[in-house]
Amino acid sequence: MNINEVLRSYRDPRLARKLVDKIHYEASKINEKILIMHVCGTHEWTITHYGIRSLLPKNIELRAGPGCPVCITPASDIDNVVKLTIEEGVIAMAYGDVSRAKGSKGLSLDDARSFGGNVRIVYSIQDAVNIALNDKENEYLFFGVGFDTTAPATAYMVLKGIPENLTILSSYRYVPPAVGAVLSMEDIKIDAVICPGHSSTVTGMKPYKKYFDQFKKPMVFAGFEPIDVLIAVYMILKQLTTGDVKMENEYTRSVTWDGNVKAMKTIYKVFNLVDGIWRGLGLVRDSAFEFKNEYRGVNARFKYDIEEPKLDVEFPSGCRCADVIKGKILPIECPLYMKACTPERPIGPCMVSIEGTCRIWYEHNITREVFDYDW
Amino acid sequence: MCLGYPGKIIEIHGDYAKVDFGGVIRDNIIISLVDAKVGDYVIVHAGYAIQVLDEREAIETIKLWREILGEVEEV
Amino acid sequence: MTGEVIKMLHGAGGRYMSRFIKEHILRYLNWSSTEVSLSSLDDSSVVNNVVFTCDSYTVKPIFFPGGDIGKLAVAGTINDILMIGGMPRALSLALIIEEGFPISDLDRILESISNTAREAGVPVITGDTKVVERGSLDKIIVNTAGVGVRHPHLDHNIEVVREYRRDFNSRWLLDSNIKPGDKIIINGFIGDHAIALLSVREGFSFKVDVVSDVAPLIEPMNEVLRVGGVVAAKDPTRGGLANLLNEWVEKSNVGIRIYEERIPIRDSVRNACEYLGLDPLELGNEGKMVIAVVPDMADEVLKALRSTKLGANAEIIGEATDRFKHVVMETLIGGRRVIPPPIGDPVPRIC
Repeated sequence: MNINEVLRSYRDPRLARKLVDKIHYEASKINEKILIMHVCGTHEWTITHYGIRSLLPKNIELRAGPGCPVCITPASDIDNVVKLTIEEGVIAMAYGDVSRAKGSKGLSLDDARSFGGNVRIVYSIQDAVNIALNDKENEYLFFGVGFDTTAPATAYMVLKGIPENLTILSSYRYVPPAVGAVLSMEDIKIDAVICPGHSSTVTGMKPYKKYFDQFKKPMVFAGFEPIDVLIAVYMILKQLTTGDVKMENEYTRSVTWDGNVKAMKTIYKVFNLVDGIWRGLGLVRDSAFEFKNEYRGVNARFKYDIEEPKLDVEFPSGCRCADVIKGKILPIECPLYMKACTPERPIGPCMVSIEGTCRIWYEHNITREVFDYDW
Repeated sequence: MCLGYPGKIIEIHGDYAKVDFGGVIRDNIIISLVDAKVGDYVIVHAGYAIQVLDEREAIETIKLWREILGEVEEV
Repeated sequence: MTGEVIKMLHGAGGRYMSRFIKEHILRYLNWSSTEVSLSSLDDSSVVNNVVFTCDSYTVKPIFFPGGDIGKLAVAGTINDILMIGGMPRALSLALIIEEGFPISDLDRILESISNTAREAGVPVITGDTKVVERGSLDKIIVNTAGVGVRHPHLDHNIEVVREYRRDFNSRWLLDSNIKPGDKIIINGFIGDHAIALLSVREGFSFKVDVVSDVAPLIEPMNEVLRVGGVVAAKDPTRGGLANLLNEWVEKSNVGIRIYEERIPIRDSVRNACEYLGLDPLELGNEGKMVIAVVPDMADEVLKALRSTKLGANAEIIGEATDRFKHVVMETLIGGRRVIPPPIGDPVPRIC
């Protein structure tokens, strides 16, 4: 078997059918409703795009938790970059989605353009560095949004040396504590977690052990192909029906116990792990990457005296993103979804980002009617 | 978004690699955070390789699942 | 509303543009009625048995792998005439050119127009040339209008339809002709044109070995009509297959079910789409046709289509149904998902 055949197998309809049968069989042994939460926008995309929910038994629910980096970026960080670009003439650089997310005053970087702000869309930190290098006359700020998957590349570029006219605002977040945070939520009972595929490729499975030990819920690390997700669901149900609850790796071709040690070491050369605000989720201990003091030269917070994010009014009134991000409600349960809030006129970040639950559902036309439909 | 499938390294120039994602060729992939050589498959996220695909593991795992699910062994 | 301006989305071929056309264009121009009229918003219209259509071409870049704006301008308009059951007879050609545009490039475009038209047997018999100041326009815009007559095989095709559907009384291949059970057939790979364009656009740093599928569809259309049983035909240009099937759902008042496994797509295009975060169903095609066929004739029509050069990879991808009023796709793994009308083609200036 060669690698291409392997990868094709993860979309094999016959394998899928067998997995679905096995899932239904295991689920029939369980009398109650099971809520499985994942924390990755890409998992939500795979689940929605391949219609996985339409294949699952009625008592198994798959729900998205805080897995969208743009969605959980603190509103005050967005506000500050918007302010800098309008008032101080700093040229902001950000990914496309990030530029459309609105801060606490309803303004996004994209909106800042109409007020004279200069904003450039980039696809990677390499792009940002090149642009700043070629335009020494101007001051640039790269808005670093992402999880532990994205942070290493930025850390690496900082170590190599970035131009003097470029600083970085780090809103990078560390995912394992967020899993701990959702498991400790009292108003929603999570029965199992599908752990992220690429974030844990970098961090390894190890940091999740303490949350497993604390909460003793099935944790399966899954890849992004539809068969990966189906296998993960099956693994979880097997754990629940046999009582043998553990941390299991479905994504063995990429995830390991130790993760990418080089990448993590690179992060910690440049960043400290501190308490962090996750928009919608609140304060999560030891979950944010902030530049070490010796790198204050590249730290936009230092250069522009930007305050640390605070727990403030995060969303416009009426917006239910906080509950969507926590997984407390589904997009269809937000009164604004598909009505006042659409990708063309988004109110909250969940409708802006391609990893946002609301946007993913909108693009797949998941209305209440479609969601409830008996296929 | 996370690209689910790996690309094959075609060339390496210092810190950067040229990677082939099944016909889509990308330059400028940072390769320094993994130990990879030309011909390896890598998982790429935000312009850098986060992991070298463990091919043996991948083949063994899918074979195992095919067995568990009662699929005929494909040679 | 005061202050509202035209946005790129208004020309993007999805539901935004669709609403715009209904609220503005039709509002002013929908006062006449011909056999197939403006309000049917079909690929062409028909007046006094003459098939008539027009299109403007703003594709960027003007020269792309597999073709150029000239070839596109001829093929696109010829195809619009074919899709309603017409046989194209002549074209007009209007050129609006920016001052400073190289004449050698213009000659290249004209040669391409000539070759495509000649091969299709459809001459350009009238036209116009305008030049505007440097900066007023991005290089060149081409407009072609086409006239045609009833396709010689159309009557036979309709007779075959009537053998299986007594009450079929349409004289043309309209978007509103589809009934539950009708099979949906496409002549080949989706997404080639859009990916070919993207691979040569600035800011997209990827290379892929795909060329545009741009081509007049005269031969495949001849073949399927010769066999007979076709009730509707359409080309999935702006907004792709997703837009086309949703238009059929709306105009025929049926549901459509398609099967992801059966939709022909090249591996490299699929991979490029995944890489770029694009849905291949929403991408524009310029050498593809989708036909709806009465179920009893589907296999024979498929076979005839596959014997043509442009239909070698044809597949039956689904069928119309009365079970729901959406486009629903059965995914590769057997799940179900609704395919909404796209907001717009994700790739601007594709045609």
